[in-house]
Amino acid sequence: MAAHILPKRVYYTIFAILMFCTYLTVQIAFFDLGRLNAIAALAIAAFKATIVILFFMHVKYSTRLTWAVVLGSIFWFGILVALTMGDYLTRPWRMFG
Amino acid sequence: MSPEAAHHPPVQGLAHQFDSLEQQTEATTLGMWVFLVTEVLFFGGLFMVYTVYRTWYPDAFAAASHTLDITLGTINTAVLITSSLTMALAVHSAQLGQRKLIMIFLLATMALGGVFLGIKGVEYYSKFVEHHVPGPSFHFEEPQFAAHAQIFFSLYFLMTGLHALHMIIGFGIMLFMLGWTWKGGITADYYGPIEIAGLYWHFVDIVWIFLFPLLYLLGGRY
Repeated sequence: MAAHILPKRVYYTIFAILMFCTYLTVQIAFFDLGRLNAIAALAIAAFKATIVILFFMHVKYSTRLTWAVVLGSIFWFGILVALTMGDYLTRPWRMFG
Repeated sequence: MSPEAAHHPPVQGLAHQFDSLEQQTEATTLGMWVFLVTEVLFFGGLFMVYTVYRTWYPDAFAAASHTLDITLGTINTAVLITSSLTMALAVHSAQLGQRKLIMIFLLATMALGGVFLGIKGVEYYSKFVEHHVPGPSFHFEEPQFAAHAQIFFSLYFLMTGLHALHMIIGFGIMLFMLGWTWKGGITADYYGPIEIAGLYWHFVDIVWIFLFPLLYLLGGRY
């Protein structure tokens, strides 16, 4: 009955991409790119998390309700970050950097 | 019609409130995801605290992050990603009802999880030796950063410690799944428990995917 059995090579491919991304993110950390360092590190991490969720966790093949719940978690975390940083980053009496 | 006739013929693993195993797997998967949402926000609060303090004290955080062992961190990332692969293969084997392979892959996942925790222990030990553990004996090499470096290490131990606790719980879940599979409870039709355990394990992997760059890589290694 099993809903959607992926061929094994999908898992091996995702694994290879994850390993390559890890290598890439470590290499990038040794170059001074200013603000881009943080952006690159987080972008690669977000990409890695996305392919783990879609393929290892089978969300790509899950019901729409599951999609809604998964996206909901990101949305609520987004609210947390947006409102908190909206406050902390706009306090004029606070020196940054 | 007798009440018995309205019942389904017994299906292994099927709870009476579900029409089919497929429906049951869908429901349990959804339930697990709802739990994982609470986990996202649980860790999310800590990531939020990290973001605020890192914005306030970028130099102290970079200096403190620099003292972490990037080699061990990278090896641990690779180990955990590999354990996610073996977990995915355990689920794959469960979908095909390959009892022996499920157990092999579950054991491999547990072994890799053990390696991760072992390496983490080595890292913790060196932090204790260097007096980088927050508290009365805390000492940081660059005195101008000491106070704020202590905040970094508080977050480091809290976040990696909570992550490690999740790994230990995952270890217990895998042990339980191993016993369940051993007794023949997992079949190609009833593979849901392995799938759910896999979701948990992959989630813990994802937390580390974010912890690794934030704690180890943004420390001005150049």
